[in-house]
Amino acid sequence: MLESILNIAFLAQSLRISIPYALPALGATFSERGGVVNIALEGILLISAFATTVGVFYTESVLVGILCGISAGILTALFHSIVSVTFKADQIVSGIGINLFALGITKFFCQLIFNSSSNSARIVGLEQWTFLPALPILGNPFLFCTLFLLLISHFTLFRTRFGLRLRAVGEHPEAADTLGISVDKMRHIGVLLSGAFTGLAGAWLALDQHSFTDGMAAGRGFIALAAMIIGKWTPIGAVAASLLFGFAESLSLVLQEQSNVAQLIQMIPYLLTMIILCGFIGRATAPAADGIPYEKESA
Amino acid sequence: MYAVEMQHITKRFGHFTANHQVDFQVHEGEIHALIGENGAGKSTLMRILYGFYTPDAGQIYINGREVKIQKPSDAITLGVGMVHQHFMLIPPLTVTENIILGKEETNRLGILNLPLAAKQLTELSQTYRLHIDPSAKIEQVSIGFQQRIEILKILYRNAQIIILDEPTPILTPQEIDDLFKVLLQLKSEGKTIILITHKLSEVMTISNRITIMRHGKIVGTRETKSTTQTELARLMIGEEIGPPISKRPFIAHKDILIMEQVSAKGDRGVLAVRNVSLNVKEGEIIGIAGVEGNGQSELVQVIAGLRPFQVGEISIGSHSLSPTHGHQALAHIPEDRLRFGLILDFTLQENLILGRQQELRFRHYYFLQDSETRSYSSELIHSFDIRPEELSLPARNFSGGNQQKIVVARELSKNVPLIVASQPTRGLDIRAIDFIHNSLISERNKGKAILLVSSDLGEILKLSDRIAVMYEGEITKVFLTADTDEREIGMYMTGAKKKSA
Ligand SMILES: Nc1ncnc2c1ncn2[C@@H]1O[C@H](COP(=O)(O)OP(=O)(O)OP(=O)(O)O)[C@@H](O)[C@H]1O
Ligand SMILES: [Mg+2]
Repeated sequence: MLESILNIAFLAQSLRISIPYALPALGATFSERGGVVNIALEGILLISAFATTVGVFYTESVLVGILCGISAGILTALFHSIVSVTFKADQIVSGIGINLFALGITKFFCQLIFNSSSNSARIVGLEQWTFLPALPILGNPFLFCTLFLLLISHFTLFRTRFGLRLRAVGEHPEAADTLGISVDKMRHIGVLLSGAFTGLAGAWLALDQHSFTDGMAAGRGFIALAAMIIGKWTPIGAVAASLLFGFAESLSLVLQEQSNVAQLIQMIPYLLTMIILCGFIGRATAPAADGIPYEKESA
Repeated sequence: MYAVEMQHITKRFGHFTANHQVDFQVHEGEIHALIGENGAGKSTLMRILYGFYTPDAGQIYINGREVKIQKPSDAITLGVGMVHQHFMLIPPLTVTENIILGKEETNRLGILNLPLAAKQLTELSQTYRLHIDPSAKIEQVSIGFQQRIEILKILYRNAQIIILDEPTPILTPQEIDDLFKVLLQLKSEGKTIILITHKLSEVMTISNRITIMRHGKIVGTRETKSTTQTELARLMIGEEIGPPISKRPFIAHKDILIMEQVSAKGDRGVLAVRNVSLNVKEGEIIGIAGVEGNGQSELVQVIAGLRPFQVGEISIGSHSLSPTHGHQALAHIPEDRLRFGLILDFTLQENLILGRQQELRFRHYYFLQDSETRSYSSELIHSFDIRPEELSLPARNFSGGNQQKIVVARELSKNVPLIVASQPTRGLDIRAIDFIHNSLISERNKGKAILLVSSDLGEILKLSDRIAVMYEGEITKVFLTADTDEREIGMYMTGAKKKSA
């Protein structure tokens, strides 16, 4: 039992599962620190996974695929930020809308391009890109990329002018406004960053599975959002929580193989979330203006 | 040439005109006071000058040149700075971060140089004797400290034209003196200052010229030397203030509020209220005098059920309070009206019956009785002179003084035996102050017990039957108002005299 956990394969499995949580969770810290709740992560993941698949399918180039994924992520996020920042609409409704839209549009184009609404053709993956052919996951560029982005994000948020302004806008937009900071501009950038990060995660999903399948985001966007909250809106916390989820999920995979109550065991990661949320983390405090559109002259 | 000239400024909110054809001029290097009743449009006019609101009509000239100020950054570039009526500070950030925000010291990559900024701020704060700790967080510092941060924000941006929107009501007398010293120093450096205040004595001490606004229009500008408080008051409200209504002698029998040996902790976990025993009888106003921060706020919160107490007993009427639970046995005019007194996004009408929606009068089974609430609210609006008389306007959009009137109106109309009023006239104009003073006295004459906390000693002396002085969390002395004077109370307030043996 214990040896099935204490080995490299298990570690690799956990990390592999964590990547598509950690990247969107990192992205979401930017969006939410700026005051915009982004539950569209789920839809963005799906759309960018599809865009990556299409990119790789037509060009045979992984790099082009990744760029397609990131661009699709940014574009979808742009839609969210226009609706919720420029037009001050409800951020949750906008997010739900995007998630439903993503399900439909990916299905539609999947049918159009691959003649099947549930599966794409098989695409090449990251095989040639790994640094350690013997251990494909640990040598994976996405893993290093995530680590790098974690450091950059932390530094950006807490040590730079951009980060200071973004946090100000998420805590007290009126105060930031009186100091000449454009609230809307900062919020747009925050949301777009979350789109880029999530787009990268979508690319990973497609490349890791060598194809697009219908609904393949499978709740990951929401788990990433939960990770970001458990991580108290900090990059380090968000990634740590993502790792925890990845670990719990791969634990449940191992246990499933050895047991006859597989369905129950699948719940472990989610139960874990609840328990952590209730007890261990303490009260997490969101940025004060998170989720609230900023309008100054309401009459 | 004027440092600031505003011509024909008009600003409407919906169909309400907050500024109508306003012409306003300020000389370079003067301290110019802007006065007027609550809701006269002072903050609106200054927010236009600061680019926070865009006017519907009118021009602005800075140093003789016509300018377009469309957003605060335009104003900042033109050297205009403003301390807002409600502070614009971001609680989780440090003092340094709050001040430099928008004009950060960074290297070429946009990386903050906080140590350098902190050093600059320390120098700046020494030059103007505005003492601050650059690394403190906003949530940990006092109101006076917060205001120093706001002023430093402006000086850090090197503003030449400085607007202060009602900076004094929240300050202690000592802090006001310090603030005025800073203003005089700034003036001597040639800076232009616009000061909004309701206190005519302050206007007479510090200003060079005075502009008076009323109902969104300018009614006049005066040289301070050649005017009097009486003239200013008349221009402001268009009539004279009568003498206060007189107190009916009240032979009280019954204690309404009874506190026995009450102690409670403050926000920082140390005892802020120590061993307080105090009774308030029916038909009596007890004033709590004290330098701000000596436990008065905490004491009021304990009585109102907003703060748990550790030891002691409190009862209101025959009802004894639980140390940890809230209750509804009293009318409470809270010190911090924005946090505890109003729901800013609810309408005027909703705020006026807040907490009373369960009463049979305001509901019909499970539904709110709109027509009844409406007529009740209209009555209150009328008798408390709340403006504008728009039942469906969110509380957020009322002027500072009118927000205070909403709270006072609601609380004084409750049918309860005890009224706890904390700084009830802070930020109000002279007519509203007069009105609230008279209301409190008439509630007293009806037999209510009133506990009044105020940092304005004049107010305490005018209204109270008895005065209790609070110092470092304790009640060090209780006087009959008739037997004491300002000087004696002052000695107890500063701790120069303590408990009589
Ligand atoms: N955003 C807004 N929407 C609607 N009405 C507003 C808005 N802002 C201000 N008003 C109204 O404009 C009028 C002028 O308000 P303003 O804040 O300028 O008054 P003031 O002179 O500063 O009063 P006070 O001394 O009470 O602060 C008030 O009646 C207020 O209700
Ligand atoms: Mg005002």
